[in-house]
Amino acid sequence: MIYIRLLWTFFKIGAFTFGGGYAMLPLVESEVMAHGWMDEQDIVNFIAVSESTPGSFAINVATYVGEEVAGIAGSVCATLGVVLPSFIIILIIAGCYKKFRDSGIIKGCMSGLKPAVVGLIGASVISVGREVFIPDGLAVEIFKAAGTYVSAGILVIALILSFKKVHPIIIIILSAILGIAAGYIA
Amino acid sequence: MKENEKKSRILLQLFITFMKIGTFTFGGGYAMIPLIQRETVVKRKWVDDEDILNIVAIAESTPGPIAINTSTFVGYRVGGFWGAVVGTAGMILPSFVIILAISFVLKRFQDIQIVKYAFNGIRAGVLALIIRALWLMYKNVKKSAVTYIVMAAAFVLCAFADVNVIIVIACCALFGLITSYIKTGKEKQNI
Repeated sequence: MIYIRLLWTFFKIGAFTFGGGYAMLPLVESEVMAHGWMDEQDIVNFIAVSESTPGSFAINVATYVGEEVAGIAGSVCATLGVVLPSFIIILIIAGCYKKFRDSGIIKGCMSGLKPAVVGLIGASVISVGREVFIPDGLAVEIFKAAGTYVSAGILVIALILSFKKVHPIIIIILSAILGIAAGYIA
Repeated sequence: MKENEKKSRILLQLFITFMKIGTFTFGGGYAMIPLIQRETVVKRKWVDDEDILNIVAIAESTPGPIAINTSTFVGYRVGGFWGAVVGTAGMILPSFVIILAISFVLKRFQDIQIVKYAFNGIRAGVLALIIRALWLMYKNVKKSAVTYIVMAAAFVLCAFADVNVIIVIACCALFGLITSYIKTGKEKQNI
């Protein structure tokens, strides 16, 4: 049943992402794309939507995918799924969090998880970069040879701004304006 | 009776406070910590600054989004199980409603030419945001032979070998656990 599949898929996503923000991305990519619920382009587009709206990426993407796949009931199931693992775990450790924090097992696991997340996000950079520079989709036919230069230009500008700690929403808006301008000039 | 009234007032306060936090933190993640601190420590005095530091530490070592970890934790401390439920529900509700509304229009707008152009630009911008996130996380990792191996292995397995991400994550956690036990074992031998 689709509702149970949504709940279970997002439960897995919620249970296996450590550290906030983009740590979620590699897992969302693999799980959501495996079901054919979104393609790489949809996911990258949705990151922009998520950065420009309140709430974390995980919850936003769960709500969105759930709605797309199975309506409002689907979005409730997917959101519940992504929330439940951390909800349950926090409830369990809320009473003894000092012990938990200093536990050797947790520290040991984290010493492997932290670098793993870096490697996984590196893999996401590859998959998103592929989508930006060599998209197979037909929706970007104007973005062929000239488009590669435009994307590279926007990437460089956005990189400089983001390392100068400009707010992500401003970077997204500026990228949109540059994309529109390049589209009409081409 | 009075006890009940007091309890339901606290639950309502929890719900409203976390709804406020959920509404005003764009992008999520660590960006919400300052607002959480202001609302729960300074304004409501539900928890103290040390609790917030602990929450961040716990959020880093438990799965799931930081927003959920925090709202569940503070909710539980203030109002028990139902406090956790109400706090978490308040945190989720704003983004849930907004994304539902957006999902109804996004599909319709996506086929308009100008929106397509905009998203062509936006995807390059998003790539920059991910690269920056990657850099920040890389800086935060303690550098050693083990961490470089894990980073490289996770990267290659996921980017080029198409191994299931959950398996990669589980293996890296296990690897970290084993190497840290070997390390502490050696230290004990040296003493």
